[in-house]
Amino acid sequence: MISRIPVTSARSLPEAYALLEKPPPGLRVLAGGTDLMVQLQARVGLERIGHVLDIWGLRELRFVDRAEGLLRLGALATYGDLRDSPLVRERLPALAELSREVGARAIQSRGTLGGNVCNASPAGDTLPLLIAAGASFVVGGPRGERRIAADQFFVAYRRTALAPDELFLRAELPELAPHERLVYRKVGTRRAQSISRTLLALRGGALGGRLAGVRVAAGGVAPVPLRCRLAEAALEGRPVDALAVAAARAALEGEIRPISDLRGSADYRREVTGNLLARLLPELAG
Amino acid sequence: MIELVLDVNGAERSARVPPLRRLLDVLREEFGLTGTKEGCGEGECGACSVLLDGELVNACLVPACQAQGAKVVTVEGLARPDGTPSTLQRLFLERGAAQCGICTPGMLLAAQRFIDLGATPTDEAVREALAGNLCRCTGYSKIVEAVIEAAREARR
Ligand SMILES: Cc1cc2nc3c(=O)[nH]c(=O)nc-3n(C[C@H](O)[C@H](O)[C@H](O)COP(=O)(O)OP(=O)(O)OC[C@H]3O[C@@H](n4cnc5c(N)ncnc54)[C@H](O)[C@@H]3O)c2cc1C
Ligand code: FES
Ligand code: FES
Repeated sequence: MISRIPVTSARSLPEAYALLEKPPPGLRVLAGGTDLMVQLQARVGLERIGHVLDIWGLRELRFVDRAEGLLRLGALATYGDLRDSPLVRERLPALAELSREVGARAIQSRGTLGGNVCNASPAGDTLPLLIAAGASFVVGGPRGERRIAADQFFVAYRRTALAPDELFLRAELPELAPHERLVYRKVGTRRAQSISRTLLALRGGALGGRLAGVRVAAGGVAPVPLRCRLAEAALEGRPVDALAVAAARAALEGEIRPISDLRGSADYRREVTGNLLARLLPELAG
Repeated sequence: MIELVLDVNGAERSARVPPLRRLLDVLREEFGLTGTKEGCGEGECGACSVLLDGELVNACLVPACQAQGAKVVTVEGLARPDGTPSTLQRLFLERGAAQCGICTPGMLLAAQRFIDLGATPTDEAVREALAGNLCRCTGYSKIVEAVIEAAREARR
């Protein structure tokens, strides 16, 4: 029964940390609730939830700002915040655009960046973008704060590097150099087909006609959102021509691990992901 | 259990409820405000849309503990003080934007939020604003027309 679950609604970070000093068994964090409330309603894993820590009231985690060449996104920044933030629209238009496509308006009012990251769905939309952007995640708890690279955070299917007494606090994204871009493309619709949704994100630019600082990440093609290092290696230092595209495609299709299910075969998904790469690459150079 | 106190359509209401009780159930079962509908119960259909501190939310995804002290507007709060329909409601009637009516309360709140924001009411902008509200009857065109017209009137 949902009504048996005790809830602590924290009003400040110290208050939340006080509970995390000795995390009650089965503790679950609640942010905007757009994933957790659906899971509760469907009784998914209900018996494993012993206590809920409601952090929605932690205003100090709801922000978007800039510091020392980093764009910093608070855990409780909602899709609506990211969609409308002048800073995000100017510095990272891809993230504003993506946020505008998540669910619909009512989901954007409540769904948070931290919730997307910590829910750790292999098809979570922001995750490949954060990985490609070279983000690091700052997490914290009563024992202090630490920094984890986004591509190290997702350790296994729906499992993250967060300890039971830690909260995700913010993402920090290095700003793009003038010649660099962050671009993405996704196929498949939202929830109804979230398993088959494939999203590819690319960061980088061209210097003297050659690709530099390329990072590639994909969602929905493996148990975790994946940084695609082989594709990166195939692109770095190369001009964007048919040869480079073919080599990167082959590398990418080799390193992703899509599944076959009702919605599509693994081969189909490999092909789709390769197509996304071929279509996105010119945008990096352009 | 928590002692939930909130402002619903301008009146203070309170109830003793489990903290994870859905705002949707609090409105319908504790306060008898059955205008807010349940369709899917998982954020997909928008039948339960209400305004929470001015923002459009799905009441089926908001736990009671997160509505503490909030201002909520439901479909029951849209009419004018004298009980006559608001401009938006009147236009829904006149343009045939409601058929079975199940989606209508949520649709009205999503539309009201769009109008409150004051953006230019293009067909595309209205469809984006209503994208989370499903209707199985009208085919949407009449709804979009009514909203565009209401938004134009509000901007005059
Ligand atoms: C109709 C609908 C459409 C959707 N469409 C999309 C879509 O297009 N793309 C997409 O990617 N997602 C989509 N989602 C999923 C969801 O909206 C997002 O994943 C959202 O970002 C979750 O954020 P939240 O704050 O609501 O998370 P919550 O539900 O509050 O939490 C999610 C998980 O993260 C944990 N958590 C949250 N915050 C923290 C924190 N700061 N520290 C530690 N743990 C934390 C919680 O314990 C929980 O396990 C959709 C959901 C619905 C209902
Ligand atoms: S009942 Fe809430 S969105 Fe469908
Ligand atoms: S009028 Fe019937 S669902 Fe919209």
